[in-house]
Amino acid sequence: MDIATSDITELAIEARGLVKRFDETLAVDGVDISVPRGSIYGILGPNGAGKTTTLRMLLGIIDPDSGTRRVLGHDNPQDIARLIGYLPEERGLYPAMKAYEAIAFMGALRGLPLPQGRERGRKLMEDHGLGHAVDRQIRKLSKGMAQIVQLLGTLVHDPQLVVLDEPFSGLDAINQGKLEVLIRSLADRGTTVIFSTHVISHAERLCENIAIIAGGKVPFAGRVDVARDRIPAQVRLETSASEGPWRHALPPDTRRIGQFWNFPLPESGIEPLLRALIDGDAGILSLSIERAGLHDAFVAIAGEAAAAELAKNTPSEEAA
Amino acid sequence: MSMGTQAGRLSLWHAAFVIARRDFTAILFSRAFIFFLLGPLFPLGVAALAGGIGAQIQSEALAADVGIAMQAEDTDAFIQARDGLAAQVGPAIPPVVVLERLEPGEIFDAQDVLEGGEGRIAAVVTGTLAAPELTAPQGNLARWSGTIALISATAQRGEAATYPHVATHSVSTSGASENRGRYQTAQGGQILLFLLIMLLASMVLSNLVEEKGNKIIEILAAAVPMNAVFMGKLLAMLGISIFGIMVWGSVGTGLLALGERSLSEFANPGVGWPMFFALGAIYFAMGYLLLGSIFLTIGSMAPTVRDVQTMAMPVTMAQVVVFFLANMAVTRMGTWIEYAGIMFPLSSPFVMVARGAMDEALWPHLLAIAWQIVCVVIFVRVGSSLFRRKVMKSGPQTTRRKGLALFRIGSKTTG
Repeated sequence: MDIATSDITELAIEARGLVKRFDETLAVDGVDISVPRGSIYGILGPNGAGKTTTLRMLLGIIDPDSGTRRVLGHDNPQDIARLIGYLPEERGLYPAMKAYEAIAFMGALRGLPLPQGRERGRKLMEDHGLGHAVDRQIRKLSKGMAQIVQLLGTLVHDPQLVVLDEPFSGLDAINQGKLEVLIRSLADRGTTVIFSTHVISHAERLCENIAIIAGGKVPFAGRVDVARDRIPAQVRLETSASEGPWRHALPPDTRRIGQFWNFPLPESGIEPLLRALIDGDAGILSLSIERAGLHDAFVAIAGEAAAAELAKNTPSEEAA
Repeated sequence: MSMGTQAGRLSLWHAAFVIARRDFTAILFSRAFIFFLLGPLFPLGVAALAGGIGAQIQSEALAADVGIAMQAEDTDAFIQARDGLAAQVGPAIPPVVVLERLEPGEIFDAQDVLEGGEGRIAAVVTGTLAAPELTAPQGNLARWSGTIALISATAQRGEAATYPHVATHSVSTSGASENRGRYQTAQGGQILLFLLIMLLASMVLSNLVEEKGNKIIEILAAAVPMNAVFMGKLLAMLGISIFGIMVWGSVGTGLLALGERSLSEFANPGVGWPMFFALGAIYFAMGYLLLGSIFLTIGSMAPTVRDVQTMAMPVTMAQVVVFFLANMAVTRMGTWIEYAGIMFPLSSPFVMVARGAMDEALWPHLLAIAWQIVCVVIFVRVGSSLFRRKVMKSGPQTTRRKGLALFRIGSKTTG
């Protein structure tokens, strides 16, 4: 298991060997996760991979059948509920409640006094462009607005750890962008954010660390760049000459696509290759080294089947 | 945002208070609460209507006539004697209708008249004054044979008998009427308790189902102990009911005052009115907490409203049976039926509220309340434990276990 957090001395979440079984179904099978404090951490996987169950175990909503978890230095996450904010995948608010009251209530559940929660609820809504809807009942808000209200309720008590289960689901592209900004601003203030998603682009844009989860297992957990490094960078070469001694310098698995030569970056690096191309009169028109994307890394790590499942679960509007 | 967030979590009671406060406020300002306040009017209205109709039917049934078919001379003498006696004795002497003045030797078929079902004839007198014959259904034979004999004897003497005047002295009550009054108070208390508890238990169940429908339960589960959610919901509804009782009590007191009546006019319960009200409130709270905890547990296990209704139905029916058992115990005080009713947790509050109306002793109430508190603690603990385990239980259903789907709850694992 690649934890790749040796440079991080303090972990917000540390889980080892989490297992959860529902009847005959093994929902989570030995998950290990290490979330550095103050980081943005993504749990990436298709629907049914075990993301929600993992998050619920990390929060203490359900207990693992085996394994250990340590959240903000505590063995029982429920003992530090005041320090945690949680947005479940299935959004829920009291329809008859006014928006700012709903935020205040969620704060009250985490120990924030109700008057303070009301005040903060109003301010948060105004800060996020929902000032006009402060006194509106939840049932009269659009789905997207209600979702933002619930997210603000997750943050109203100023938690140290924010857990978001599929936070981008159901939001339009504009609100997805706003949410990304909000998540970054939380991390900038030192808040640890962990979120699950089945949309690779969100994880790629936001996370320093990810866990890839498929079939209840975590085949990779660690830094995003380490995941990408699982796949060698691709070299894209364009030459004026089509033949010549320089061809011998290209790796054997080189493919010709149009006028470009594509091949993995040799382990020896680009400089010896570049020298051989020049010496062999290749007539280099362009040369670029393209690092593998997270999608490629996901395919390489989780397999084609999981990647296909992920793509199937990703609606076009969410694939921002 | 800056807040000196304190580590830890809300205590059980603090969390229960947060949940209860939300539920209490939400219910208090909902339209459903108006119906809740009007709730007692419906059974009272039905009872009044049923009582009115019953009284009318009874009064009509009692106002049945006795037909007479004798020879003319005997008939006239009989009527004259009847009128004379009715003037002195009153309604105990039934109205008499002449069916036919018979010729000597003529035979009258009384059975035919009665079975024909015409008019309001409930019995027929034939024969002679010396040997009257009464034809009637069994119940009326016992009721009127003595009266007919008295009228016939008076008619034979040819003059109306004179009875001495009886001086009357009124007292406010007697042992018999006091008992009857207490019995009515006991029954009234039981009915009120039963209706209130069932109404509230159903409301708390609906509240929970709505919460699950709103998907809020996971937010609650992540933030506070599930026991607190359970307790909070129970307490909120208890608060609502206390509020309702205060409203109904004020309205009732106001109506009594308007009618210039007071409770002292009614049969005094064994323990006295103030203590009876106090005990009633305690037994109501106990009964509600016991049944409410069962209903909440059911609510936690059922995934849909339909499932909730299906699962709650046997409990509701069982509670009706328990209520009838408790009702029966009122007339069998001191027997094993009453003791069984006191020992069985769900009937105990009903039986004991009736005992408060019927009997003066207070110590049985102390014992019963202590027992009920023990039961409440057990029910709430078991209920909240099941609630915690079932309400957030998640995971895909398998074909083999579909039959147990009712006992599995929560959203499926989707990620």
